[in-house]
Amino acid sequence: MKAPNITYIRPCSLTEACHILAEHDDEAVPLAGGQSLLAALNLRLAAPKLLVDIGELQELRDSSFGSGDIRLGALTRHHELLDSDEVRRALPLLPRAAAFIGHAGIRNRGTLGGSLAFADPAAELPACAVALGATISIAGPGGARELAAADFFTGLMETALRPGELIAAVRFPAATQGTRYVIDELSRRHGDFAVAGLVIAAPMDGKRVGEARIVYFGCVDRAQVARQVSTALSGRELTQSTVEAVIDAVGEDLAPDDTPGWRAETKLRLARTLTRRALAQLTGAAA
Amino acid sequence: MSEATTIGNVIGASIPRRELNRLVSGKGRYIDDIKLPRMLHLAYVRSPHPHARIKAISTEAALAAAGVEAVLTAAEINPMCQPLVGVAQHRPGHRSPPQKLLAEERALWQGQPVAAVVAATRAEAEDAAALVEIAWEPLEPVWLPHDALDARRPVVHPELGDNVAFDFSIEKGNAAKAFAEAAVIVGDDFRFERQQAMTLEARGLIADFNSADGTLTVHHAHQSPFQMQDLYSRHFDIPEHKVKVVAPDIGGGFGMKLNVYTEELAAVAASIRLGRPVKYCADRLEAFLGDAHARDHVMSARMAVSADGKITAMEVDDVGAVGAYGMPLRFNVAEGMMLITMCGAPYDFSDYKARTRSVYVNKNLIGMYRGVGMPFACILPEVLADRAANQLGIDPVEFRRRNFRRKETFPCLTPGGQRLQGLSLQASLDKLVVSMDYDALRAEQTELRKRSIYRGIGIATFLEQTAYGPPYYGPSGARISTQDGCHLRLEPSGTIRCVTSITDQGQGTLTGIAQIVADSVGVGYDDVGMIAGDSTISPYGGGAWASRGMMVGGEAALGAGRKLKANILALAGAITQTPLGDLDIVASQVVNTGTGMAVISLADVAKIGYFRQDTLPPKFDVQLSVTHSFVTGELCYIANGVQASYVELDPETGFIKMLGQWAVDDCGRIINPLLVNEQVRGGIGQGIGAVLYEECMYGPEGYLENGTMIDYLLPMAADLPDIVVEHVETPEASTDLGAKGIGEAGLIGAMGAVWVAVNDALAPFGTAITHQPFTPERVLDALAKSTRG
Amino acid sequence: MSVAESGHEFIDVEVIVNGRTVRSRVRARQHLADFLRQELELTGTHLGCEHGVCGACTVLIDGRTARGCLTLAAQAHGKRIETVEGLSGQGAFARLQDAFIGLNAAQCGFCTSGMLLTAYELVSEKVPRTRNEIRDYLSGNMCRCTGYHAIIDAVASVLAEVAPA
Repeated sequence: MKAPNITYIRPCSLTEACHILAEHDDEAVPLAGGQSLLAALNLRLAAPKLLVDIGELQELRDSSFGSGDIRLGALTRHHELLDSDEVRRALPLLPRAAAFIGHAGIRNRGTLGGSLAFADPAAELPACAVALGATISIAGPGGARELAAADFFTGLMETALRPGELIAAVRFPAATQGTRYVIDELSRRHGDFAVAGLVIAAPMDGKRVGEARIVYFGCVDRAQVARQVSTALSGRELTQSTVEAVIDAVGEDLAPDDTPGWRAETKLRLARTLTRRALAQLTGAAA
Repeated sequence: MSEATTIGNVIGASIPRRELNRLVSGKGRYIDDIKLPRMLHLAYVRSPHPHARIKAISTEAALAAAGVEAVLTAAEINPMCQPLVGVAQHRPGHRSPPQKLLAEERALWQGQPVAAVVAATRAEAEDAAALVEIAWEPLEPVWLPHDALDARRPVVHPELGDNVAFDFSIEKGNAAKAFAEAAVIVGDDFRFERQQAMTLEARGLIADFNSADGTLTVHHAHQSPFQMQDLYSRHFDIPEHKVKVVAPDIGGGFGMKLNVYTEELAAVAASIRLGRPVKYCADRLEAFLGDAHARDHVMSARMAVSADGKITAMEVDDVGAVGAYGMPLRFNVAEGMMLITMCGAPYDFSDYKARTRSVYVNKNLIGMYRGVGMPFACILPEVLADRAANQLGIDPVEFRRRNFRRKETFPCLTPGGQRLQGLSLQASLDKLVVSMDYDALRAEQTELRKRSIYRGIGIATFLEQTAYGPPYYGPSGARISTQDGCHLRLEPSGTIRCVTSITDQGQGTLTGIAQIVADSVGVGYDDVGMIAGDSTISPYGGGAWASRGMMVGGEAALGAGRKLKANILALAGAITQTPLGDLDIVASQVVNTGTGMAVISLADVAKIGYFRQDTLPPKFDVQLSVTHSFVTGELCYIANGVQASYVELDPETGFIKMLGQWAVDDCGRIINPLLVNEQVRGGIGQGIGAVLYEECMYGPEGYLENGTMIDYLLPMAADLPDIVVEHVETPEASTDLGAKGIGEAGLIGAMGAVWVAVNDALAPFGTAITHQPFTPERVLDALAKSTRG
Repeated sequence: MSVAESGHEFIDVEVIVNGRTVRSRVRARQHLADFLRQELELTGTHLGCEHGVCGACTVLIDGRTARGCLTLAAQAHGKRIETVEGLSGQGAFARLQDAFIGLNAAQCGFCTSGMLLTAYELVSEKVPRTRNEIRDYLSGNMCRCTGYHAIIDAVASVLAEVAPA
């Protein structure tokens, strides 16, 4: 399982990286943490011609923790989400999500930007970005632009990135007082990709839920707000009938496929169970 | 066991393995670590189809690729080697077509090697392999066990007429009558999906043919260098004394690295043809496709029970999908045969009817993998016994006690034809019940059920066949030695060098043998140096398989040690003018047993024996190196054990969590408790993996749906529980050492215990699961059939 | 510029491996584990899967564990790499090695290098951990021989010394 023949370049700047990627759009791919890309290369499932190593670009490590938004550079490694006091204070959902990711060796190398750009529908961070209402800061040959995470994931492992574009950073709104977060998933073994998972960001006013965002992963083809489920929860009190309405809505938002060992109906069933348990956590849990 | 074999200090001690000093320092030397001058690397082009005609192969592009030395197909390779036939001659009706090294007109399984690309580096071989063009005509495959029996489905080998490789029945007593009269009949269908050993180190070898003198040296990650020496010699027509097979450190074997692989012989052929060393180390993708697979059976079984809870009969019907050919030497009818000969053996019933059929399918060959058919023989009766016990309102433990064969009845012959004696069925169960605090767990289970938490307790008793003797393979025609040997040499400085035919892939058998040598000669453990794995320098032997290392190799070491000691004492007696009867060896000193005083050191004896024979009486026969071989007389020996699993099952998701595992094992005399316990624990890990996680998945067209470690799941540290291991010791009466073998016990018992525990957890729902592995979806499907809860 | 002109098939790297500076010209496609094993002949790092699941290829990059098969040799430029050969016999690593030997927490030894490195990272945090937390942390290192129990015992024993609860 040796990777196929390939060439490599280490650009000195973000601009140069975008330029090279734009010029060789179909044949060049960015290399950051490499935890997904290099596995694909070794398995000969991918055969790009040129790897553009962006893993040392300081411009992609630009993070800031203001009183408003929190900005995390694209090269923020998963372990930093776990280790950083600042992240834990400002974005308490992220360390909990990171704890589900692979294992220490993966977390030491894998990056936030890489996870979002790869857009694996079983990954936690894309779902968190959408649930938290994050904004993706994109660098490209045409200049910088921003896009809401909710609009970023456009299909199965597809994003809105255009040729030559790279995620530069992710901006998260500061967590508001009283918002509760739940993340949970079902996987066969610790660190495996989730068969079903969900993230809930629910502003709470006493027992009443505000505008809630529920995002599933694992049993979906992309990270997006589950509209019916979120609507069924938003503006309601967390009563038994609300819970049942939310559970009923799950089947309207999710249309998973059969995959080896998991029928679609099984995935739906797991999603419903996770949702039920997550709502129980909402009633009991602190932020 | 005689009094004279109460041996010294080292046997029975928990001595750490000396090999670990190297292995924990990154100084192991595994097959892929070895480089030979001018060595080439081999990668295979394999069939992407389970069944397909090869219409054309074009190797031009591949040959032109960078670094490529050769691209070899059946046309070049197959004529170099005698075909392999995996038929056990003594099994009536067993048949298999001969197997050639590379696929010729048709590929018969997905992954079958078709072309060998040999290049300067592995990467370049893989690059070129992608350039080999093969025109395939996919054919309809057959891949499920019952489909293989269906006359409307394809026949893998048309010349055989149908897919039945072997059909064997046992009938003893009158099972039909027993079932007709039974108060309770429990039965079910069972499905065991295909699995594989998935050693962390894949298979590999470096074949090095020296065209100047016609010698073949193969560095081979194989559990039996002797088997391969014989095979290479006969199949490549090289005189056997010109063939050397040497095993380096091996990263796990578990029986999988015991099998005969055409792709390994083809690598040897490549070396012979090219006159250069050729390394073939399978990568994980190749290993998944090419490693001998295991299990893949469907069975139906039922048990007849009397009103007072006595098992009166069993019936079993087994169909095993053994792949595209019989496995050469390590016949793949073994799983089915072990099932029907051992099923229910611990229990006292004599009416029995069983049938096993091995069928050919368009899949990789089934081969040896830890436990072979013994897990099935444990699972079926244990699952059914629990059901019967529940129906009758008898506690499952009590049910077993009522049915265990009694010591007074030993030796006895089971209806499956297994001779039993020297077992500790009751004593082991007694110990287990205490070890796990059975009553407390039952109480906890009952309490938690009221809170809708569903835990299961499973206890499974098993027997393990160990240390097969000549009657096992001999009549089959397979040239597999069940004899092992030990060569001991007193070094001039007084230490001992031991060359054993037993091999060690991590079990610690070399440590055990060193302990035996140390005690039987009279030296410290640190004064014994071990050499193993070279087919040319030890007595001819069997290597590592079927839990035989201590049983056979240890007995040989004991015999050799005694011989050497006698020779040393004879020399010491001549040197010191002391009668032999007054001398012994203790801690490397020859001592006078009367006075207790040391009279001469081993080092001084050796110095004289090697360099100062001029000081000895004329014609004194100095023999300071000895060889001793040992073979048992029996078909096999029987060890017993019992295990318990405690699980929690989430009925809303189907997920199962292991909470605890306990084992009580009787492997006879324990040479090294530390190593024995860890063998049990390791086997348990694999057993739990087999029941809950592992599966080669085939889709609706017969194509594999998984193929990597991402999608073939092995349990990791967080998926396994703490494992408590205890022992009962019933020494094997027929040997001096009294050891019985332990290598497979952990896996066999764990599979039984987890099967029973998960079904116990489902019992309140009035449902059962009998399709392994117990994935969450299968658990949910079983719950969907629930009759209550 | 064509892709072939933009990128390089060979890259010059300077890497500190087990404390020694190594300068080498590496192929773009070569992963770090193969670089260590083949160019530097440090064969203590093993390949079990080459797709990042089994952890047998675990090394330290700038003091943190990483899968050698999921890192290019080219990415190691300017980095400090430590392997089992470099860590062997020193400090907490040596205590882990002794514990592994004493408790037979290794059988075939193929997972052991990677397992030790991951355990070393955990132990180096000097934070008390429960057995289940140790199990979780080691869940990226596959062992087929031991059933993990003795490994957990070994790591727990060393952790108890360096980070008493």
